[in-house]
Formats: sequence, C-alpha cells, structure tokens
Amino acid sequence: MWFFSEEERMLQDSMQNFAQDQILPLAEQADETETLPEGHFSKMAEMGLLGITVPEEFGGAGMGCVEATIVHEELGAVCASTALTYLAHTILFVHNLATNGSKEQKEKYLPDVISGKSIGGLGITEPGSGSDSLAMATMATRDGNDYLLSGTKTYITNAPNGQIFYVYARTGDGKKDVSTFLVENSFEGFSHGKKIRKMGMRGSPTGQLIMDQCRVPKANRVGKEGYSATHMMRNLDIERITIAGISVGIARGALAVAQRYVQEREAFGQTLSKFQMIQKMYADGDAELHAAKSLVYEAAKRWDIAKSEGRPLGKKGALWAARAKLIAATMATKVSLDCVQMLGGYGYDREFPVERMARDAKLNEIGAGTNEIMRLIIAREELN
Amino acid sequence: MDFSLNDIQTEVIDSTRKFAEKEIAPIIDEDEANSHFRRELFPKMGDAGLIGATAPGDYGGSELGIMEYSLILEQLAYYSASYAASFSVTALPIKIIEQFGSEEQKQKYLPDLITGELIGAFCLTEPGSGSDAKSLKTKAEKSGDNYTINGVKQFITNGGQADVYIVMVRTDEKEISALIVEKNCAGMSVGKLEKKMGMRVSPTAEMLFENASVPAANTIGRPADGFRVAMTALDSGRISIASIANGISQAALDKAIAYAKEREQFGQRIIDFQGIEFMLAEMATELEASRWLTRRAAYLHDNDLPFSKEASMAKLKSTEACMRITTDAVQVLGGYGYMEEYVVERFMREAKMLELVEGTSQIQKLVISRNLKKD
Repeated sequence: MWFFSEEERMLQDSMQNFAQDQILPLAEQADETETLPEGHFSKMAEMGLLGITVPEEFGGAGMGCVEATIVHEELGAVCASTALTYLAHTILFVHNLATNGSKEQKEKYLPDVISGKSIGGLGITEPGSGSDSLAMATMATRDGNDYLLSGTKTYITNAPNGQIFYVYARTGDGKKDVSTFLVENSFEGFSHGKKIRKMGMRGSPTGQLIMDQCRVPKANRVGKEGYSATHMMRNLDIERITIAGISVGIARGALAVAQRYVQEREAFGQTLSKFQMIQKMYADGDAELHAAKSLVYEAAKRWDIAKSEGRPLGKKGALWAARAKLIAATMATKVSLDCVQMLGGYGYDREFPVERMARDAKLNEIGAGTNEIMRLIIAREELN
Repeated sequence: MDFSLNDIQTEVIDSTRKFAEKEIAPIIDEDEANSHFRRELFPKMGDAGLIGATAPGDYGGSELGIMEYSLILEQLAYYSASYAASFSVTALPIKIIEQFGSEEQKQKYLPDLITGELIGAFCLTEPGSGSDAKSLKTKAEKSGDNYTINGVKQFITNGGQADVYIVMVRTDEKEISALIVEKNCAGMSVGKLEKKMGMRVSPTAEMLFENASVPAANTIGRPADGFRVAMTALDSGRISIASIANGISQAALDKAIAYAKEREQFGQRIIDFQGIEFMLAEMATELEASRWLTRRAAYLHDNDLPFSKEASMAKLKSTEACMRITTDAVQVLGGYGYMEEYVVERFMREAKMLELVEGTSQIQKLVISRNLKKD
C-alpha cells in the first residue's frame, strides 16, 4: 500500500520470501492430508510472528494491525490454511490475552505461545449458537477457588492441536453475563472432541472443546466476572480485519496463477489473454482485489491510529472491520471461482492450486462473523 | 402451450427417485469420502431402464425423448451429481452410435451399453486442446484395414472404468474422425487418475494412446465426420449437464430451506430473517428459470427443431445458477454448511465442474452469440 512505512515494507518483503520458501511448498500437502505441516509454528516463531501485536516487554514484536494484516495477506496468498491457524493462535489467543489478561496471566502463558511451544485458540461458537454468540450455553460455576466449566465449543480452529484456549462461558443468567477463562487442555474435565472435516482450509485443524465439569483455577479468569461481553465483541475487530487480509491474499494468489496461465495457454490460435471474455474476468478480479485491499488496509490503519492515540474505536471499529471483511471475503470467493474458470479443466484439477483457493475463500464469508452479521453491524451503525 | 408433465414423465420421475433412494442415497456419502466408483450401479441403472431411456427399442432402449432423459438426470443428480455425470457420459456413446453408427456397430455395442454391462466414455479433450477442440493433435494413421492411434486424451470421465471409448482423432491434417476403441485394445492405457475439486466418485483419467491399433471399420460415420459427431453429441450433452445442475440446485435449496426452518438464532427461526428469506427466494427463482429453459431446449430437440442455441442457454443459465444456489446454500447453513457432514459444501464443489464441462460458460456464450449473428 502507498502509505506503508519503511518497516512495513520490509516486513512485507521478508514475509513474501518466507511464504514462498517455507509455506508454499507444503500448501498442497496440508490440504491433501488435512494436517498443518509440522514445523510451521516453530518457523513462524523464529520469524517473530507469533506475538506480532504483543508489546516488547512481554516478548512480542510490538507491531500493529497493519503489520498483522500484512502477515495474514502474505500467508493467505500461498496457503490460507496456515494463515487461518496463525490467526487463531496469534490474534484470537495471543493478542486477546495480551490485551485483556493480567500481568500474572501474561507472564505465565505468553512466553510459550510466543515461542510456539504451545498452540492457542479461542472458543465462542457452540452447536446451538453461531451468529447469536451471546446465546452460548457453556456455564461456569464457582467451586471454592476454582470454576467448573461445562459445555461444548464447536468449529474451533486449532482445537485438535492446541494446548491452551481462551474460552467464553456464562457466569450468570443475563444475556451479557459472560466471562473469559484460560483453559489448558491438561485440565481435569477437558477433552478435545473429534476433528471436523471441511470443504476447505483443510490444513487448519478444526474441532471441538468439550468441557465436562472442567476445573479452571480462579486465577485463570480473564478480567472481571461477567464483564466479557463487550471485550469479546471488541476483540473481533482485529480478527475481522486480519481475516479480511487472508481473503485479499487468497484472491491475489489465485489471480497470479490465472495471470500466468492465460498468458501461456493458447486456444483458437492465440493466448487466452487476448480474448475479451478472459480480459474482463481478469480485469474485474484485479480491480475488485485492489478495491478490497485498499479498504482492508484503511480499516487496519484506522485501528492503529486509534490505538496510538489511546482512544479506542468503539463502534466505529466494528463498522470498519465489518466493511472490510464483507467486501474482502465476498470478493475472494468470486475472484477465486473465476480463476478456476480461467484455468478451465486444469482449474478443477487438484494439481493446480486455484480450486483449493476457491474452497478456502468461502470460509471467510462464514467464519469470524458471517456476511449477514457484517451487514447487520453496518446497518446498526448507519441506519438506526 | 402446456407446462404440465404427462403420465410417462411423472412415472419417469417417480421411478428414478425410487431407484436413487434405494441404490444411491445409502452409499453416496461413503463413496464420495473414498472417491470410490461403484461399477455395479450401472447394471442396476440398466435394469431400471434408465441408461437406454432414449435409445431405440430394437436394442433394448425405451424410445423416450431427451425431455424424459433430462428428468432422469435431474433426479439422479439430486442424490449424486457424480454418478449422474458418469451416467450421462456412458449415454454419450449410445447417442453417438445410435445416430451415426453402422448397423453392425449398433448391434455390437448398444445392447450391452444400455444394460449397463458395458460403460462408455467420450475422448475429445487433450492437454493442449480444451475449448478449442478442433486443434486436437491425437493422430490416427491408416495402414491397411487398421488405424494406428497416437496421442493423449485428458480429463476423460469414466476413463479407466469404461469399456467403450469414442475417441476423436486426426486422420488427416484437416480431417477429424470418431473411432470406437475397446478397453482391451493394446496400445491404449490409463494414465494419471486426476484428483478433482468435486465429483470425486466419477473417475477422471488421462488416456494414453501409443500405437493403439483399431480396425478402420470402427470409424463412426465417414472419416471426417468426427467433428460433426462430437458437436452433435455435445449439443444434447449440454441439456444433460443443465439437468444435472438443476438436480443439484434442488437438493441444495431443499437442504437450505430445511435448515433455515429449524435453526434458531436471536430468538427466532433464521428463515424469518429477511436476509435469509430473500436469499431463498432468489435461489428458488433462479432454479425455476433454469429448469424451464432446460425443458424448452429438450422440447425443441424432441420436436426436431433447432435447439443448439437453447441448449447452450440452458447450460449456461443452469450451471451458473447452480453455482450461486449451492454457494448460497453453504451460506445459509453457516459454519455447518462448510463442514463435509452437512453435504452442501459438496454440492458447491460439484457445481463448479458443470461450468467447465461440455463447453465452458465462455463457449456457451460463443455458441449463443454465433446464433444471434445469424439472420
């Protein structure tokens, strides 16, 4: 982007090299085997990526939303599964803990998640509550110095492979009586549930967190009891902006493959790139990609500026994140499907990456708030 | 103008449904998960009279029209687009041999293809020639009473499983011919089995021809008829693909409606949110428009009227509608929609193939506009 600082440009360069050399070669394997390649987390830790937004005093890189979005875009351009798993770890767990946790909690848990020694995730969604997240049923009841958590979280990224989870649970009868707990997988009463098979993002493990009278020390409650509803919603802003970055990456990656293909492939005596129909598909995709990218980075920049000025964006933050995610996610599905079309039979063939990108892209219209919820947020801000 | 279905058509729909409920519904999820092609389904489809629906009675066919055939495909695709696709491809050689073949060829191949004992395939596409089918490079050189075939055919549905292949070859610089090649022909072998985005039950393979020798008598029609044969087959093939698309669309719409009625969020059924209501309304309208465009093309075909433009329109509209409908069905089901267990994600992966086969959407637009330019 034109407004990137010198540091942001350097990050972009090194991420491009890293993604090409370390992530791209294993992207097809991740999808086929439905497993995250071993070593990805330690490589990302070596790059200093796992605590990207964490202040340096806690061992992080002290960077902002723009930088985090750059990382997601570059990972997304080669392997969206890796980008999604990275997001669940770095934004949903690490960033949330660094933002909302106590000094003791940060000192206890941040070193291992920043070094990649343990993998984190976040639990909001339940079988009965998706878009209506505050209707969650998981209950936390006090038992001496502990809480006992009971309930099931589903469609949780990194649930099968993670060790530590940032879990929301109900601590009262009111709709907003929600609290947050740091739940280790070694805690009594915790189990991982089964791995869930998905259309795409198959390299990123998805599963359930099953808690049956799961004993969590009171010291692992994040923030005050019953005060999590607001920060749960606010934390979603950076998640939505960075996942929108993944969408931008997917579309960019798919268009790059299509761009090469249509300039090489010949039909009816000329390269496909000479046909107006292909030009239209490519040009529309290219223009829509850049429009989405500008919007996503504007949202990221606004997030950073507000943070640096010490005035939280509040509802405006949710609005910009919703705009960015809605546009980027729908764009990426359309553009990646068009890229399959430009490659024709080869596009449908799993040896070429574009069909994977199309399958991956669809997730972002659903995860981290569906398109419908993004529209609801925009309407709530702009119309009422 | 009469939009109602007659008794035979209603019967065709009912019996195909019953067949699919019994034979396909119980096994399809397992077959899809394992990319397993259940060959024994074909004799069963033959038994049920499905494969030879349009073929002449002399060879065991039912002498129905493309309209009825389209209804069959729509019902099959409702349960499995993969098997419907393999089914429609085995029907291509039947159609081609019936229309262009010699009496001898008809007697030799049609009865067993119609019972499903034999499975058919159609080899046109090559690594270097897809939409531009005319530029195919596979060569057949005549020596005595035989042709010797050399070349590679790509993305062949039923490749490796089929017994009878109709292969488009260049018999001269400017001459494309259609040859029948049998499974056991020395010199023909199965290359790479492709892994695809969807339609995983239906095998797609590369077919390799290395000095494969077939009798010249295996030529369908005259030499040089090949391109006409291929294009005629593709015209009606487009109605088939449109029908498959409509079957998938109906399945996706049904699943979306059922889920939206059941799922509650924010204290009400999600089907009562306008965002969902309007999505479903658009899906249903798109499907209905596609279905009647497809049936009109079938009607024209069955009444010996020109139907090439309408077949392309039906294919273009139905497959693109299917892509939108299935993508929206995933959206209606939200997180559940993205998971394999809830099946709609499979519909979406399958829909994409239909925009590519039997002529991409782009080729349909070429055919349509070519027709518009005529006086």
